[in-house]
Amino acid sequence: MNEKYLYSLIAVIALFLVAYAGVEAAGLQWLFGIIIPYLAIITFIVGFVVRVKDWACSPVPFAIPTTCGQQESLPWIKPSKIDNPFSTGGVIIRMALEILLFRSLFRNTTCKLNEGPRISYVWEKWLWLFSLAFHYSFLVVVVRHLRFFLEPVPVCFQILDKIDGFLQIGLPGVMLSGVVLLAAAMFLLFRRILISQVRYFSLAADFFPLFLIIGIAVSGIMMRYFTKVDIVGVKELTMGIVTFRPHIPDGIGAIFYVHVFFVSVLLAYFPFSKLMHLGGVFLSPTRNLRCNTRAHRHINPWNPKVKVHTYAEYEDDFREKMIGAGLPVEKEL
Amino acid sequence: MADLKPEELIARTDFTPPRTGWMDTPTVIREGMFCYAAKPKSVATLDLPYPREWNPLDDDWKLPENWKEIIIEGMKDRLERFRTFKIFMDICVRCGACADKCHFFIGTGDPKNMPVVRAELLRSVYRNEFTKAGKILGKLAGARELTLDVLKEWWYYFFQCSECRRCSVFCPYGIDTAEITMMGRELLNLLGLNIDWIATPVANCYMTGNHMGIQPQAFVDMLDFFADEIEDTTGVRVHPTYNKKGADILFTTPSGDVFGDPGTYTAMGYMILFHYLKEKYGLDVTWSTFNSEGGNFGLFTSNEVMKRLNIKMYAEAKRLGVKWILGGECGHMWRAITQYMDTMNGPADFLEEPVNPITGTKFENAKSTKMVHIVEFTADLIKHNKLELDPSRNDNLKVTFHDSCNPARGMGMLDEPRYVIKKVCKHFYEMPRNCIREQTFCCGSGSGLNASEDMELRLSGGLPRANAVKYVQEKHGVNMLACICAIDRAVLPPLMGYWVPEVDVTGIHELVTNALIIPGEKEKTVNLRGEDILNKDEVGPDEFYTRPDFSGR
Repeated sequence: MNEKYLYSLIAVIALFLVAYAGVEAAGLQWLFGIIIPYLAIITFIVGFVVRVKDWACSPVPFAIPTTCGQQESLPWIKPSKIDNPFSTGGVIIRMALEILLFRSLFRNTTCKLNEGPRISYVWEKWLWLFSLAFHYSFLVVVVRHLRFFLEPVPVCFQILDKIDGFLQIGLPGVMLSGVVLLAAAMFLLFRRILISQVRYFSLAADFFPLFLIIGIAVSGIMMRYFTKVDIVGVKELTMGIVTFRPHIPDGIGAIFYVHVFFVSVLLAYFPFSKLMHLGGVFLSPTRNLRCNTRAHRHINPWNPKVKVHTYAEYEDDFREKMIGAGLPVEKEL
Repeated sequence: MADLKPEELIARTDFTPPRTGWMDTPTVIREGMFCYAAKPKSVATLDLPYPREWNPLDDDWKLPENWKEIIIEGMKDRLERFRTFKIFMDICVRCGACADKCHFFIGTGDPKNMPVVRAELLRSVYRNEFTKAGKILGKLAGARELTLDVLKEWWYYFFQCSECRRCSVFCPYGIDTAEITMMGRELLNLLGLNIDWIATPVANCYMTGNHMGIQPQAFVDMLDFFADEIEDTTGVRVHPTYNKKGADILFTTPSGDVFGDPGTYTAMGYMILFHYLKEKYGLDVTWSTFNSEGGNFGLFTSNEVMKRLNIKMYAEAKRLGVKWILGGECGHMWRAITQYMDTMNGPADFLEEPVNPITGTKFENAKSTKMVHIVEFTADLIKHNKLELDPSRNDNLKVTFHDSCNPARGMGMLDEPRYVIKKVCKHFYEMPRNCIREQTFCCGSGSGLNASEDMELRLSGGLPRANAVKYVQEKHGVNMLACICAIDRAVLPPLMGYWVPEVDVTGIHELVTNALIIPGEKEKTVNLRGEDILNKDEVGPDEFYTRPDFSGR
């Protein structure tokens, strides 16, 4: 067993035990249901803003977009307006495709070294597919949870619930997003564990959020389908949090507090981790700049003064030889 | 290296990572995989810090007492100056999409050549010094102390990256390993830890105007010698002008093409083209001995050094009073021009927005830098039927095109070269889609790694490119690899010789001028290389390729 995922798994199990025991044995419902969630939300918001501000404080001295298609050049050559965007509109579409559809990841292939040698680049879209499934199902789950914080529940959320539960299996009906989230997170986890190359460069910090999210999904599914949490009580608690009149209703099982604790840890952990790719993807200078650097000058705010070797100095070094070779000079001998 | 056969080299490549984690696997600096240390004289010429004799194989690198402090301060300074650096340190999720996109990883199997791990070499120290998680959790958060071994590992692997940016095409966040390597090299340069193959060309370029250190009179001699060669094969005498004030256009190209075959044929190609344009249309193009280098090895040293070398282009254009600048076929030169030059040394408001005086075409895409790529220029001329061409003179060639990394991923010049090739050659075949255009593979020797002492690294790193050439050689009988980069022209011949014998290397303007009908030329029987060109009346191209002595088989 690899220590990196072992430690991460142990950490998540420990978090589970802390919350479970804290509620069941010590009766610390107010800590896990009110204080920690508040702290986590504050940490998340402040941490996120501070981190993004910190990035934004560093200037972009050079425009270095990665050009992934034909440049805008001669009028009869068709430019690639999205992969090598000359205009702001192109950049917006490029960024939208990147953020909403993971376009660059879609290019992925796997390299195989065959007899010969003959190198082949094999179709590999699983990472793209499961990443997309993971992020979108997570988004749907988050949006679906907003019903706990709004009264009355807006119609659009009710529609989303209908779509998410369209399979109408079992009672309560199976929500597709939760199942997909768990499956995709499992895929990402097993990919990290089983593919030796990926395991090689994975850090504990890569496993921890995966185990945590799996923990969140499992505890959520447990509540919905198995332990059948007291949904009215839960809503009472969540509405208390958003209206700043927090109180703890009776009769909510410990598993709920575990679920909330996991989410709180994820929120608090977020700004200090790689999960900040959520903010960073918008700011990446290789993607969000126009590829028009030959037509429009990009300004470097700290453009340094440098020592140069001038033509005059050059001519001083070589004047005699230059005259000998018949080259024009500024100053005769 | 030469004694290691291709199959032996490939047999050593194993994609299975070692049992120990990368932080616990010590880096062994191995002969054949690194370039010699920068000579103190070259470092001193640029007034860069800590010039000294040192040897990467020695235990003692003769570092200053406070080297660690210098590096940490250098990181802090760069984190504050480059958003790229900060973001690329923070947001990688290690998804691994980049891992097998690197030619050095594919060719060597060394996991530290996976772009993600190359970046982690630096990130681990960043986390340790600059992040709370790293300070508290240490190794668990992927942090590690900066030690002498870590510094040596940086040096070894940041000079095993050719800054080709292929991985950044596949990265969902656009993390650009070239940028990380550039930061790594800037930091190493703070301690005088450059390689000589970069430091000496930089010093040469600074003092004599070009990487090769060719002095003005010698530069003229070399071009005169080319004029003799051209006269031998075409019967036409060309008269290049130098440092000419009031010329229409200043031409700048890498000195490598003046220096060594087969780049020299491309240089001759330029000379013939300019002669043709002068004779037919009165266009006055001048060369400069002061600005006799298009390439910029400063790009591989630090942004300041890049600026110090690049400044000559505009300075010389201003001194000579030309209208605009024309740039030759070169890879990293065009990265520097496209993404750095205007920002660093612009605005070039003393030049005119470039217009091709022969066709009237406005080069709108270059209206601020005022610098046009010669392939754009030639494509425009051909499109407007301004060049009289006989493509059958290239009938002995079956051509494929290698997109050079920087024009592809730092500029996006993909279709212009293809258009020109197809207009001057009848037989053109593309390599597979995953190996061309924005996904092109590096020659394995870019970013100043084209020395001879690191030949094993170069041949390993060049394998993916060579392998794709081999594919079209076997499938279509390709015998000529065209490119638009002077480093390519210098390094692809030995690479082809090793992996795909019988395939030769050419610049596009050699092909153009082979096909170009020059006013007053004698009947051509040989090309610029002195090789027989096919007599089209005697044998058709199809028959030609079925001949048993056809070299592409």
